[in-house]
Amino acid sequence: MNTVFDRPHALCDVVLHYCPGCTHGIIHRLVAECLDELGIEGKAIGIASVGCSVLTYNYFNCDMIQAAHGRAPAVATGAKRADPSNIVFTYQGDGDLAAIGTAETVHAAARGENITVIFVNNAIYGMTGGQMAPTSLPGQITQTSPYGRDTKTVGYPVKVCEMLSQVDGATYLERVAVNDVKNVKNAKRAIKKAFQNQIDGKGFSLVEVLSTCPTNWGLTPDKALKWLEDNMMPYYPLGVYKDKYAEEAK
Amino acid sequence: MSEKVLMKGNEAIAEAALMAGCRHYFGYPITPQTELTAYMAKRLPKMDGVFLQAESEIAAINMVIGVSAAGKRVMTSSSSPGISLKSEGLSYLAGCDLPAFVVNVQRGGPGLGGIQPSQSDYFQATRGAHGDYRTIVLAPDSVQEMVSLTVKGFDLADKYRMTSMLLADGTLGQMMEPVSLDVGEITKYDKPWAATGTKMERPKNIINSLSLIPEELESWNLTRYERYKIVEENEVMYEEYMMDDAEICIVSFGITARVSKNAINEARAKGIKVGMIRPITLWPFPKKVLCEAADKVKAFISVEMSMGQLIEDVELATRCKKPVLLCNRCGGVIPSPQNVMDSILEADKIGGEQ
Amino acid sequence: MKTSQIIFAGFGGQGILFSGKFLAYNGLIAEKNVSWLPSYGPEMRGGTANCSVIISDTPVGSPIVSEADMLVVMNNPSLEKFESAVVPGGKIFVDSALVDMKVTRTDVDVYYIPATKMAGDEGISTLANMILVGKLLKESGLFDFSNIDAVLDKIVSAKHQDLKAFNHKALSLGYNYEG
Repeated sequence: MNTVFDRPHALCDVVLHYCPGCTHGIIHRLVAECLDELGIEGKAIGIASVGCSVLTYNYFNCDMIQAAHGRAPAVATGAKRADPSNIVFTYQGDGDLAAIGTAETVHAAARGENITVIFVNNAIYGMTGGQMAPTSLPGQITQTSPYGRDTKTVGYPVKVCEMLSQVDGATYLERVAVNDVKNVKNAKRAIKKAFQNQIDGKGFSLVEVLSTCPTNWGLTPDKALKWLEDNMMPYYPLGVYKDKYAEEAK
Repeated sequence: MSEKVLMKGNEAIAEAALMAGCRHYFGYPITPQTELTAYMAKRLPKMDGVFLQAESEIAAINMVIGVSAAGKRVMTSSSSPGISLKSEGLSYLAGCDLPAFVVNVQRGGPGLGGIQPSQSDYFQATRGAHGDYRTIVLAPDSVQEMVSLTVKGFDLADKYRMTSMLLADGTLGQMMEPVSLDVGEITKYDKPWAATGTKMERPKNIINSLSLIPEELESWNLTRYERYKIVEENEVMYEEYMMDDAEICIVSFGITARVSKNAINEARAKGIKVGMIRPITLWPFPKKVLCEAADKVKAFISVEMSMGQLIEDVELATRCKKPVLLCNRCGGVIPSPQNVMDSILEADKIGGEQ
Repeated sequence: MKTSQIIFAGFGGQGILFSGKFLAYNGLIAEKNVSWLPSYGPEMRGGTANCSVIISDTPVGSPIVSEADMLVVMNNPSLEKFESAVVPGGKIFVDSALVDMKVTRTDVDVYYIPATKMAGDEGISTLANMILVGKLLKESGLFDFSNIDAVLDKIVSAKHQDLKAFNHKALSLGYNYEG
């Protein structure tokens, strides 16, 4: 029998804990496929964060370090500097990367730290049960914004790619989504490029992946995908926000 | 023995760390430990090492975690308020069973406090941040001991897979004394647990402090405390000074132990039988020798630059068998030999009243 | 058994800390126990500076000097602050070109040396501190003056070897000064 579809080697053969319809699983698979295709699983060190992706260390087949909330880019900095031949990536959610870990994120980018950051933005705190995230949309109802996110009192969402595009040290910033087949394929291309950049010693690469949280959004999986398209994608436009080497090549 | 040189305490720690094989340093400027950071900035790039000034103390300790997880010797240093910021990382280091060497050159607190020397982080160092864990705490009283305890600190950290902290103060960090940099053989430890990449040749290593299963987390803690027990059995260090016939026992560490020695010599000249037990490891605390001393002396004096922190361990160790007097200054003020002398005279009265 | 406690005090930039370091290195070469403790903090940055040096035949206890055998001062505030810290029979060395106050104590030996003026006259204007140290070496008899070049070898950085001769000159000027 000819195998046409299989589990990537870099993805462990375990049941993921993610809720039905959550797109973390797709993103995990894309990362694992990239580790396989680039032949870097044996050199890879993944940094798990705090949030829904906290158990990532159980899902990737490479060496893993579980970091404190928001500190993954700092831990990654240490792991990369300890041995620059390691391929070091973080896998972080929006609360982790854009709230409690903002300083670590911005400064890792500013230093041009040669690491790969997978940033999963689902506009909510999933693990703790659906509280307002730094990326929750204006008006979005969450457990801690029960009347909708009021920008007058709690301000506006943080647009990570746009913000980091102003940081000279950042090499590659792209926002993708995993809401349909075309976008999933595009997301994989971006993630692969973010790893290839590290292999080539090009510096800080971050891929922001717009993702769903059906459970805490209170939607069915298919409606969650629609909500992502209708609400998140207009506020967080997809695209390349910075590609230092492409710009230099022009 | 190598030729002696005059070095500042802060610089001596840095040089000793390099001699112990540390090639990765992450820090953030803060008085009165900044010379250590500056020394590393100058030396490490010239020896293919990594010096990085982090964006915060929090980032620095997490960079330490990254290097340690990858199996290399690594350190950070700071002073009191900065150590508070690093506390989160200290707990994670413990939970992940990672070795690290951390220096606290203490200044007065709380809050931003001052910049003059203090020992008021005693509780913080010996008790630590959230969760059940221990930190080996080493308290030098001279620049020479800062060198030897730095080397020892790296060794203990690797040996027991835990953090060892050098607890100094502004005076020791700033002062210069002759020092020999002859540190002897450095033991290297295998780290098969480290995240170095599987090379597709072994199962993956996971460096992690999380368990959502209480029984599993409990078993991790129990295993860790079995290791701590070995540390308590084997690694206690202290100095006894004129204790053979002592009727009064001073307990003091670091710079106040030196002030105390002046007072002890003076008191001895007056015929007062006073000695000192100087804990060199604050954890593991020298409980046994203090408990035994409690059967011989009539009183203890805890000499410290804090509002009575060390004294609690002295009372615990001696099981309150004898009175423990507190001789202290705080906020950056160093007790004078006369302060200590006054306490000795007060302690000396104790027998006479009975 | 002898212990000498010395305080150097003046403004930042006058070489106060260096003077103390030089004396401490003399002690090291003479195989004595020594300690050197600077003031640190905001006062270093342009304000007053001082350091305490202890030289002893026995191990140094506390490095803090509250009762000094000798005091070297290079500004008025330092004399005001530390005059009372000198033990009876102690010695005070004053840069009289900068300090216009007089020592009020009568139970100490006082040496007024116009060190800053002398240094200016000799074209070594930054080395008034070492002129004072030269005088201290002479009057204290702490160390053999012939060791100074060996000490300078240790203390002057490789980049500034040309400064050794100037330091030697300043120390000699002070040592031979009869005021």
